[in-house]
Amino acid sequence: MIAPVSITLMVNDEHVNAHVSPRTHLADFLRDHLGLTGTHLGCEHGVCGACTVRLDGDIVRGCLVLAVQADGAVVETIEGLSDSGEIADLQEAFRNRNALQCGYCTPGMLIAVQELLRQQSNPSRETIREHLSGNYCRCTGYHAIVDAVEATVRARNGANA
Amino acid sequence: MSGSADTPSGLSALDRPNSYIGRAVPRPNLTRLMQGRGQYVSDMTLPRMGHVVYVRSPYAHARILGIDSTDAKAMPGVIAVVTGAELAQVCTPWVGVLSHLKGLKSAPQYPIAVDRACWQGEAVAAVIATSRAIAEDAAEQVIVDYEELEPVTDMRTALDPETPVIHPDLGDNLAFERKLDAGEVDRAFAEADAVVDAEFVFGRHTGVTLESRSVLADWNAGEGRLTVYQGTQAPHMMQNIFAKHLSLEEAQVRVVCKDVGGSFGIKVHVYADEMATAALSKLLRRPVKFVADRIESFATDIHARDHRCYGKIGVMKDGTITAFEIDDLTGIGPYSMYPRTSAIEANQVVNLVGGPYTAQNYRARARVVFQNKNVTCQYRAVGHPIACSVTEGLVDLAARAIGMDPAEIRRRNLIQDDAYPCGSPSGLKFEALSHHAALNKLLAMMNYDALRVEQAELRQRGIYRGIGLASFIEVTNPSAAFYGVGGARISSQDGVTVRLDATGSVTCQTSITEQGQGSEAITAQVVATAIGVPMERVRVILGDTDNTPYGGGTWASRAAGIGGEAAWQAGKALRNNILAAAATILQADPATLDVVDGVVVDKGTTRQRIGLDEMARITYFRPDTLPPGFQAELMATRHFVPRQYPFAFTNGVQASWLEVDIETGFVTLLKHWVVEDCGTIINPQLVDEQIRGGVVQGLGPALYEHCRYDESGQLTNGNMADYLVPMAAEMPDIEVGHVVSPTLETELGAKGAGEAGTAGAAAAVANAVNDALSPFDVLITEIPLTPELILKELKRF
Repeated sequence: MIAPVSITLMVNDEHVNAHVSPRTHLADFLRDHLGLTGTHLGCEHGVCGACTVRLDGDIVRGCLVLAVQADGAVVETIEGLSDSGEIADLQEAFRNRNALQCGYCTPGMLIAVQELLRQQSNPSRETIREHLSGNYCRCTGYHAIVDAVEATVRARNGANA
Repeated sequence: MSGSADTPSGLSALDRPNSYIGRAVPRPNLTRLMQGRGQYVSDMTLPRMGHVVYVRSPYAHARILGIDSTDAKAMPGVIAVVTGAELAQVCTPWVGVLSHLKGLKSAPQYPIAVDRACWQGEAVAAVIATSRAIAEDAAEQVIVDYEELEPVTDMRTALDPETPVIHPDLGDNLAFERKLDAGEVDRAFAEADAVVDAEFVFGRHTGVTLESRSVLADWNAGEGRLTVYQGTQAPHMMQNIFAKHLSLEEAQVRVVCKDVGGSFGIKVHVYADEMATAALSKLLRRPVKFVADRIESFATDIHARDHRCYGKIGVMKDGTITAFEIDDLTGIGPYSMYPRTSAIEANQVVNLVGGPYTAQNYRARARVVFQNKNVTCQYRAVGHPIACSVTEGLVDLAARAIGMDPAEIRRRNLIQDDAYPCGSPSGLKFEALSHHAALNKLLAMMNYDALRVEQAELRQRGIYRGIGLASFIEVTNPSAAFYGVGGARISSQDGVTVRLDATGSVTCQTSITEQGQGSEAITAQVVATAIGVPMERVRVILGDTDNTPYGGGTWASRAAGIGGEAAWQAGKALRNNILAAAATILQADPATLDVVDGVVVDKGTTRQRIGLDEMARITYFRPDTLPPGFQAELMATRHFVPRQYPFAFTNGVQASWLEVDIETGFVTLLKHWVVEDCGTIINPQLVDEQIRGGVVQGLGPALYEHCRYDESGQLTNGNMADYLVPMAAEMPDIEVGHVVSPTLETELGAKGAGEAGTAGAAAAVANAVNDALSPFDVLITEIPLTPELILKELKRF
């Protein structure tokens, strides 16, 4: 086994120094080394989207990025996005619409939604469904999630008008 | 059951001031989950925790000649390598049979295969190490010497004399057979104007919970106690089973169920690798954690369906259905699962076929056979999608044979809404269903007639759209008739304890569990309403055998109907105890008082008399000021189990509107409608979302989901990329409507809603596809309805 490598990165506005095995993926690093267990693992082969996090501003699959690749990078997880308040309105819309059941896909889903809403101010229902097709949810059937995203879009556009 | 004594006449027991019953209040536990601050078993760590990885058989059927773990054991970080024979010293085997399923047989199953692996993926050795990664490295170094045996993979030939018998001691590969013959079937077919038949084929699929099965077992040798953190739907059932097979007293076992990342019936069973994990903890005297990876999930989470069902229907020219007949065959893998068995689904199919209709002539046979594939067992809507697809497929065939509209033939045959109580030819008892009201509502919601016009117009332009209808009945609120009568130690009753705390808030402990359905929310709603406190003052504790009443848990759509009624009764009992204490303090007649919004008030005028916080303060801290001989009891427990009806049947109807591309074979779902009747609706939003989620778990297998095995018993698509689950872009909007026929067996009147969506979705889609393709004179009775299958039937592939 290859010896651990030293990495330095920002995670949710905190400086982190760590020694990680080069084969450790980012999601395992966040969960096992930093205790940030809000980043979930559903498939560990890049399909389900449960491990979605932000890396230098872009969303990535935490299971397809190695921790060593995040050396020098800025990582944001669901814990950080919740504490900063960036997605507070989106979370409230999910709560009001019961857009989650078991909640396992939800952190990744919320981060993926926020990415869409940063790119497009008024996405259609079809666009929302298309954008979220990389995030699997087995509980809701997606309808409530799409509703919650639409409600957030309306509220944000109303607030900006 | 009549209304409670304290209910004014003309009002239902639910008409409390500020009632939460029927309100779409948000679930209290969502914020935690949305912030990534839930606690799933896969998130947990304990000091000295070992991680177990299982070495699994690459063959569907093989003898284990030897296991060499020398190299693996020598690797740094490896704690132990344990074989099946070694673990059999710690954990006794089990046999998945129930006595009320007469003739059901199975073979002893061990936590780890001892001398023979019976499906690809069965564990043959355990590697425990200080990290998951090290355990996986070491597992690759365990050398297993196999002698490949002939696998039994095709259920159609499993009973042939030349097919090997998987468990020679059982004599053959037939696990279970049930026959039923009601009415005069032969005469009914002979007298029918038309008789049509078809073979319906249902692929194997599985639940794909997004959090895979996870268990963390912690044997504390000092305490002599095993604590198992497990994503399970039935903590007390698991407590009993861990104790029984690890030779412990039940009091020595605690099962804790925190957040669960999806369940759907997948996590209500006893899995060999989870039993092995608990046994390893006892053997190694330290915590051991097992989290299945995705490939293990596909290869070892229970699969479901895998039925081939021949069906036949007789019909008169006026649309009257004269008889149904089915012959169902299902392959369940090498063992009947423990303790609920793998014969329940076939048994349900026999029970449910023809269920919505008046026809009293019904013959059925179901055969359940062993095979060298992964085990199958109860998954959401057990048996319902098969029974519904066969029934509704046959009804559409009958309609086609006599040239009648599919909605009209249903109108003419569904049991009348005023005919209850009544029964089915298979012996089911129906208290109150609403098939006609549901169908009428559905047809109005979808604007059926206009949709037919649109369909005809589009067809002129070469666009092939279809409408599919599916009426269904749904088994909910199961009594002891489901498992208890067959000898399974699975509680059919649930219990709820409520306690008024010293600040006037309420702590509630319930034996039902939460996997996302909203059990915690509806319990809080019911308790808050029954007592008369704001819902945010109620804290609900569930999923812990040390800290909840004994009960069944959450499965078979029982939590709201059974656990909800226990919560209602417990809340009422506590309110009465509160009023007794308040009356003593106020020197009033308790009959003149009520509790509203956390305050004891005069009944009628609602004049505020004393807050629950003040009352609790006096009761707990200054009982010396109360009259001698008075003892306040600010805690109450009630249990409930249905006794009048073995099951509370619900009903509903679904419709699918879709388009088939005849060039590519692709099906595009355009819209889906459901009307269902689950009795009293405690939280309309949660019911609707159960329906929607359930529908999508029926649409998946209708179009995409399929565990594909080759002829040697190898699962060929055991990963998320190749096993297709519904994604957001492919799913339609789903409109949900309700009819409300409360069960009179409880004061709450709630029935279940968890299976309804899954029960009828595939039937509606299959009927819609055949409707779309009706100009081509093809009939497809197989799911998943893949583009390949559709093009083959269209002879374009």
